[in-house]
Amino acid sequence: MFANPLSLVIWTPIVAGLLVLATGGDQRAPLARWLALAGAVLGFLVSLPLFTQFDNLHGGMQFVENMPWIESLGINYHLGVDGISMLFIVLNSFTTLMVILAGWEVIQKRTAQYMAAFLIMSGLINGAFAALDAILFYVFFEGMLIPMYLIIGVWGGPRRVYASIKFFLYTLLGSLLMLVAFIYLYFQAGKTFDIQAFQALKQIPLQVQILLFIAFFLSFAVKVPMWPVHTWLPDAHVEAPTGGSMVLAAITLKIGAYGFLRFALPIVPDASIELAPIMIGLSLVAVVYIGLVALVQTDMKKLVAYSSISHMGFVTLGMFLFTGSQMNAWAVEGALVQMVSHGFVSAAMFFCIGVMYDRVHSRNIADYGGVANKMPIFAAFMMLFGMANSGLPATSGFVGEFMVIMGAVQVNFLVAALAATTLIFGAAYTLWMYKRVIFGDVGNHHVEEMKDVNKREFLILVILAVTVLGMGLYPQLFVEKMHLSVNELIAHVAQSKL
Amino acid sequence: MDMKSLYLLIALSPLVGSVIAGLFGWAIGRRAAHVVTILGVAVSAVLSIGVLKGFLDGSTQVFNAPVYTWLTVGGFEFSVGFLVDSLTAMMLVVVTSVSLMVHIYTIGYMHEDPGYQRFFSYISLFTFSMLMLVMSNNFIQLFFGWEAVGLVSYLLIGFWFKRPTAIFANLKAFLVNRVGDFGFLLGIGLVLAYFGGSLNYSDVFAAAPALASKTIQIIPGVEWSLLTVTCILLFIGAMGKSAQFPLHVWLPDSMEGPTPISALIHAATMVTAGIFMVSRMSPLFEMSDTALNVVMVAGSITALFMGFLGVVQNDIKRVVAYSTLSQLGYMTVALGASAYSVAMFHVMTHAFFKALLFLGAGSVIMGMHHDQDMRNMGGLRKYMPITWITSLLGSLALIGTPFFSGFYSKDSIILAVEHSNLAASGFAYFAVIAGVFVTAFYSFRMYFLVFHGKERWMENHGSHHAHEGDHDDEEPSDDHHHGLGPNDKPHESPWVVTLPLALLAIPSVLIGFFAIHPLVGGEFFNGVIFTNLEAHPGLEAAMHHAHDAMAMGLHAFVTLPFWLAAAGVALAWFFYMKAPHIPAAIKQKFSGVHTLLENKYYMDELYFAVFAKGSRALGTFFWKVGDMLLIDGLLVNGSARLVGSVSRAVRKLQTGFIYSYAAVMIIGVLVLMTYWFKPLILR
Repeated sequence: MFANPLSLVIWTPIVAGLLVLATGGDQRAPLARWLALAGAVLGFLVSLPLFTQFDNLHGGMQFVENMPWIESLGINYHLGVDGISMLFIVLNSFTTLMVILAGWEVIQKRTAQYMAAFLIMSGLINGAFAALDAILFYVFFEGMLIPMYLIIGVWGGPRRVYASIKFFLYTLLGSLLMLVAFIYLYFQAGKTFDIQAFQALKQIPLQVQILLFIAFFLSFAVKVPMWPVHTWLPDAHVEAPTGGSMVLAAITLKIGAYGFLRFALPIVPDASIELAPIMIGLSLVAVVYIGLVALVQTDMKKLVAYSSISHMGFVTLGMFLFTGSQMNAWAVEGALVQMVSHGFVSAAMFFCIGVMYDRVHSRNIADYGGVANKMPIFAAFMMLFGMANSGLPATSGFVGEFMVIMGAVQVNFLVAALAATTLIFGAAYTLWMYKRVIFGDVGNHHVEEMKDVNKREFLILVILAVTVLGMGLYPQLFVEKMHLSVNELIAHVAQSKL
Repeated sequence: MDMKSLYLLIALSPLVGSVIAGLFGWAIGRRAAHVVTILGVAVSAVLSIGVLKGFLDGSTQVFNAPVYTWLTVGGFEFSVGFLVDSLTAMMLVVVTSVSLMVHIYTIGYMHEDPGYQRFFSYISLFTFSMLMLVMSNNFIQLFFGWEAVGLVSYLLIGFWFKRPTAIFANLKAFLVNRVGDFGFLLGIGLVLAYFGGSLNYSDVFAAAPALASKTIQIIPGVEWSLLTVTCILLFIGAMGKSAQFPLHVWLPDSMEGPTPISALIHAATMVTAGIFMVSRMSPLFEMSDTALNVVMVAGSITALFMGFLGVVQNDIKRVVAYSTLSQLGYMTVALGASAYSVAMFHVMTHAFFKALLFLGAGSVIMGMHHDQDMRNMGGLRKYMPITWITSLLGSLALIGTPFFSGFYSKDSIILAVEHSNLAASGFAYFAVIAGVFVTAFYSFRMYFLVFHGKERWMENHGSHHAHEGDHDDEEPSDDHHHGLGPNDKPHESPWVVTLPLALLAIPSVLIGFFAIHPLVGGEFFNGVIFTNLEAHPGLEAAMHHAHDAMAMGLHAFVTLPFWLAAAGVALAWFFYMKAPHIPAAIKQKFSGVHTLLENKYYMDELYFAVFAKGSRALGTFFWKVGDMLLIDGLLVNGSARLVGSVSRAVRKLQTGFIYSYAAVMIIGVLVLMTYWFKPLILR
């Protein structure tokens, strides 16, 4: 359709964001909203061809763009997607649209800036997924922190300053080491920052690989987030506005996991295999330990934040299940499906909490009770998303967990058994919260005054419900896009660089 | 119409009804909601009967084909697909016919409830889930149906979501089932990993014989038989759904839901899923005696010890619930004895008479204006004749009165266990034999207390809220009144309630006589259910007797089970009609035992203390100590304080803009890092 679809998905939302910003103060908020919506719709529309026109039958990078950027340093504006990154660009554009809708009349202060921040962030995130040049990736990767930092810091809750600084420092600290790794690889690969050239390096000694892996790990594990560098996430979620939480959970976390797939595994495969037991261990800690922590949360957002960490444990688990030097196709694809699914489900969960927060202005489970009496439609939707969060079949939440567990059984039964405890814990923390918030008699006069969802909220819930169910009933649509890329990755990782 | 469309129609028509009633119930109103759901289930039922007929006269072939590809991964393809053979056909008829009766009954039972449409939507969805489960041709879809049944039971048990007990019970049911699913999913994982890389039943069964002696190491260094581990894991799933000890605890609490769903959950759907699944997997279970022993022990414990609990219950629904647990134990024992066909036979007869008993209990509850305490009943036969007669027939079937349906299936189980050669069969035989007496006793205790004797609602009026025990047994939601008023008399239920009772009474009495020959003695399940008669001869005895239903019925009068049942009935009559002071005295004398039984062996308390409280304590520990104290307190905030004190010193240099902080930081750290790593980079 267009010559440069990837540039389009990056710059459309950024330009739209700048336009929205130009509308200025809150007196022109309606204009800013509609403009932002137009930008988000357009951003989503231009991302769709990536999905529909993606060639399932040929591997490698597609929609490639490559031109020099800073020639003296060998930095290029090099874009391209495979069956892995493409999905996340579409997911991100979709989420941005949801977020703009979710913030519609909720955000009354600095509306234009709020909307603009999300649009610009959306473009930057797309850039990070599309970048094939390490420096370009780094710029986008770091750049997207800034709007998120502002979103939490400006529109956040009472402890927003603590949360935003914690978020910023945590994520920044890790990524600096990654930059060092890039510089090392730059020299090794013959003065280029081309990611594919990094991956194609034939020989890297194990010690160096391990150092590089640690650099990548510190950068990406914080983002995922993996235990024990996860504590920024609950704080960030609690303080972030609804839209911020939606993007944070749906997209930002995925970049960390994506980083492992794009950088750590293919560039330093031997170190990845060497350190896989640690990665598996940390992932299982995420699933079990964090699952239990989620159980005792009294704040709904914290609960879902911890549940996100627990679900992301499946992602990292799936990526590091090796038999010899062979990654497990089930587990890797399961990890990817889990990432996409979690994008939908976590966004939906945070949106649901936002809907209740807008009415009662509390995130405390104890401040609710019997919401179903007053908001039956909402309760039905939240039941669906809660079930998806518990990994019920026919919702998207099941598919990824199922695939990872199936893969894990092939590799190590005990790992699989520990991972499968999520069947119990996931249901326990989600449904226990649901019971206390939604079921029961009307809890207090705040609940008594709650009104069921309006048309805008209904629309968002319906769209999210359709995606969650659609992906659960027909995951093939997503999975067939990733087969070749995953196979290439597995073949690549299987070749030792020692 | 080709077969695939026919089967699709059978499965999907309840779903269509459910979706219409669920999403548009507010628009189409109550009448349309029940019409459309009943129509959907009726279509399924009629077509299912046609399919079964086809299998009985041999005109229908086994159907096994995919419907659509759900997922391909690692070169394997997973489809949603149907396998319809004689086993499926039987289950189709059982599920849809009982469900249809429940649907009709619900019109009467729920007519005052504000959630009328929602209820119809749920029970149709439940039917759909169960149909997908029994029609599946592979493990994934089986798991889909399995979990969907769990979901809808969660919704149904918590249907009156204002009641604290209901929403406690549904969460408990879901989580206990999830524990079963945990094992089930791991079992499926082993099947996928070792049985030829497919999850289609036919491929897996074909691959199984070659794996007879394969072992795997789950704990390094310990070799376990693959088939045994797989079967036990699959059976853990069955223990959840079919409420076998020790995962039975959810079932009595599921009484918190409206009575029609008790009939649905306890008779035709959900609890039969586990029995069905093990029968479906008979080629696998036949290869592991260890697994069969485990199955048999779990079944025996359930059959006997859950029966005891029925004796002390005063809530009419709970008596029936414990009888369900006990009967499920019988079915499981039959599975352990490799008498899968007998277990399925009992599934069928039990589906009819248990649905009848539950719906009868519901009718009594309606007649008593939503009082469930049997101590307030008595003499109801005068006021509710249809309910009385049908309940009597159901009870006679349950206790195994010769020529009634339950007799044939239960006696076949006892025969199979008696001739089983498994290590556990001695205990199992004792359990099922003793269980006969217990069943007869509590069934007729209930029958006499409800339908005969003094009309106690008159004398006890005003006091029927003074319950013993800890649970709130009141049935209705807030808008219902509780119990009979001063001038009220119990009344017979409307025809939408009594018609299903009458229709269910027919198979409850007759179906055993006619079905035993094909199902147990004949060839109906040939090629579908597999029993290795040389290794597990138990079934042979049952098959032998099954050839002549009349002779079997007559022979019963000289066998032990009949006399035990008769003794149970006689004792119940003596205790509750003649000498009611005796049970009271026994209760007093053996108050320890009574308390133990009344508290269900304290298993709920144990589970709550260990699992619910334990995981919360662990979660709190991880959160407060791990996350907050160690990670945040020591590492994060500690380093932040360090940074903070340094930055206070250099505050004068700062501009105050976050971007310049960031930029300076990036540059600074970069310079440092480059310096440190120089040797590495420039090598």
